[in-house]
Amino acid sequence: MAMTSDTPSSSFRLSMLIYDTRYRSITIQIVFLFLITMGFWWLVDNTLVNLAEKGKDIDFSFLGARAGYDINQRLVDYSSDSIHATAWLVGLLNTIVLAVVACISATVIGVIAGVLRLSNNWIVSKLMSIYVEMFRNVPLLLWIIVFFAVLTEVTPAPNAFRGENPTASMLFGDAVAITNRGTYLPAPLFDRSLGQIDIGVAHLSSNYLVILAVIIGSIMGYRALQRRATVVQEATGLRPTTWWKSALILIAPIVVVLMAMGFHLEYATLQGFNFSGGGYIRNSYIAMWLALTFYTGAFIAENVRAGILAISSGQSEAAFALGLRPNRTMNLVILPQALRVIIPPLISQYLNITKNTSLALAVGYMDLRATLGGITLNQTGRELECMMLLMLTYLVLSLMISGAMNIYNNSVKLKER
Amino acid sequence: MKKTVFIGAMTAAATLVAGAASASVLDEVKARGELNCGVSTGVNGFSAPDSAGEWQGFDVAVCRAVAAAVLGDPKKVKFVTTTGQTRFTALSSGEIDMLARNTTWTFSRDTDLKFTFAGVNYYDGQGFMINKSMGVSSVKELDGATVCIQTGTTTELNLADYFKANNMKYEPVPIETNAEAQQQYLAGACDVYTTDASGLAATRATFADPENHILLPEIISKEPLGPLVAHGDDQWADIVRWTMNALVAAEELGITSANIEELSKGTENPEINRMLGSSDDDLGGMIGLEKTWAKQAIMAGGNYGEIFATNIGESTPIGLARGLNALWTQGGLQYAPPFR
Repeated sequence: MAMTSDTPSSSFRLSMLIYDTRYRSITIQIVFLFLITMGFWWLVDNTLVNLAEKGKDIDFSFLGARAGYDINQRLVDYSSDSIHATAWLVGLLNTIVLAVVACISATVIGVIAGVLRLSNNWIVSKLMSIYVEMFRNVPLLLWIIVFFAVLTEVTPAPNAFRGENPTASMLFGDAVAITNRGTYLPAPLFDRSLGQIDIGVAHLSSNYLVILAVIIGSIMGYRALQRRATVVQEATGLRPTTWWKSALILIAPIVVVLMAMGFHLEYATLQGFNFSGGGYIRNSYIAMWLALTFYTGAFIAENVRAGILAISSGQSEAAFALGLRPNRTMNLVILPQALRVIIPPLISQYLNITKNTSLALAVGYMDLRATLGGITLNQTGRELECMMLLMLTYLVLSLMISGAMNIYNNSVKLKER
Repeated sequence: MKKTVFIGAMTAAATLVAGAASASVLDEVKARGELNCGVSTGVNGFSAPDSAGEWQGFDVAVCRAVAAAVLGDPKKVKFVTTTGQTRFTALSSGEIDMLARNTTWTFSRDTDLKFTFAGVNYYDGQGFMINKSMGVSSVKELDGATVCIQTGTTTELNLADYFKANNMKYEPVPIETNAEAQQQYLAGACDVYTTDASGLAATRATFADPENHILLPEIISKEPLGPLVAHGDDQWADIVRWTMNALVAAEELGITSANIEELSKGTENPEINRMLGSSDDDLGGMIGLEKTWAKQAIMAGGNYGEIFATNIGESTPIGLARGLNALWTQGGLQYAPPFR
């Protein structure tokens, strides 16, 4: 009792803020918070003062003004009469369509190269080493330009397909034309189209929605069939023959729907200056896609190799002892465990791909950086506003990708009980 | 005590920064001893380095004349290369003192982007270049063509408007610099290349086979090209504007780089005397320069006509006729207000 009453409980001295461990961490945090706030405030204030000195202000109303320029690749309705905000959306969609496709192909290339680099076949593993080292150690921008230059200089101009004795010819029976502007492919057409659904900025084709629904329905039917077969197998010990039923469920509905809608392919034909009709993939897109795929694929290959090497050799030896062949060992035993190691660095690679799409201006691909951060910025002179919007857009996009990948990571990571 | 010294130092530093920011461009250039002039990344005849690495050209001559007027030496220029996209940011941020990069004078650039155009050194218009073998003789026949175009330029907007007005379709291929556009065009990745007609002529002059490429007859826009400076320093804008006027007036008054020494000793014509600083009037003092500023500017590369002839005139590979850019006395538009 005497001791507690002796404790100077109420005598708080200012020096205790530094010397007393109870308060020290709080003091330091408050001081840091204050300094950071001051630094941030200074940046904002400095910007505003300098803008005011130049007679400029921060104003986002330019987004509603007529853009006035054309964009070659557009996934939603856009013309030079559209507003800058729509140009922003067009650029964003072009960025996404490039990033998503490049992520998928880079993963495929990366996994194959990573596994093959560990192959016992000397030539295969050395070839993969050469691929990885070559692409990993040369800047991405150079690869983009190399792919674009090759596509532009080596492939024939549309003019070469013209005349009685053309110097170039289309592939696969007049279906595909590879030119120095892009690749022309057959496009699907429907004689009895179901029309389009207007969702504000874009039109969704009902045809594709119907086809998608039919495919999903077929797959669900196929799974139900397989489940029934398993139930029968467990009850009787005999698995019923299902292959013709599966084939019927998977193929018949889609064929019927396509025939009902009058599906046929439209081939591109040479008209005027260029091919017209059919589908068209620009060389700028192909060059970006190839460069991002092979460049990032090399990094992913190393991640995959690291993941596989992290699994102890006892695992594969045990699998071999059970009589699993090497490819089944890889698919059923090694890769599922290696995924735990592979996924976290893979997320960074996906973010890298997304951000590296901003190099697209080098080959004139109209991505987010080229529309909002390029032409819009230049024609309106709103550098600060455009750059802030651009950074915000990339930030949100990257956070969404990493969020989705983290959900996937949580589902495959080691569950500890 | 320590704290006070620290705060005092901070205040002093802040004052210094503020002082530097509010100094006039003229004082800055004089203190630096060098003019930072924004030019293109290379358009032959307008601004491109020659085989010795010296910048040469029609736009470069404007930079040199201003440097000569301000610093007395046409060599004291630091050329900063800018693309169509980076030029305005470079100028408004103060990275360059003036921009001489075949830039079109438009309403929104003058007002909304806060620049001051110092005049027009070349009256141009947007043209189209195409390979002869295409058999095209008019822009109206270009429906469906693939068009190479430099991004961030007025030509991009003119192109969109023109094709829309004529109900034609086209495929734009956006390109960053003139050199890339040239490579794409020659590889056949685009059917047509469009930019200012003078730029097309300059680009064609560098081809191995210039005779196989034609400029289509239509000029679809007005492109008055000229040097510009940032808003906010009228004295500096006056210096650039009147340096240009001095070059034009010199041609009109018959002052050339050959006879300028002779004329600056004094002539019968009072305007020549006022310009070259051989009379009592101190025109240079009125804009903060030496009395002989105009003489120095003209000596840098000759008068407007001489600059035109040596860089882009009919005797050069680029071979542009004076056309609209002849003096007003010869049916053109080049006209300098009186030096008085």
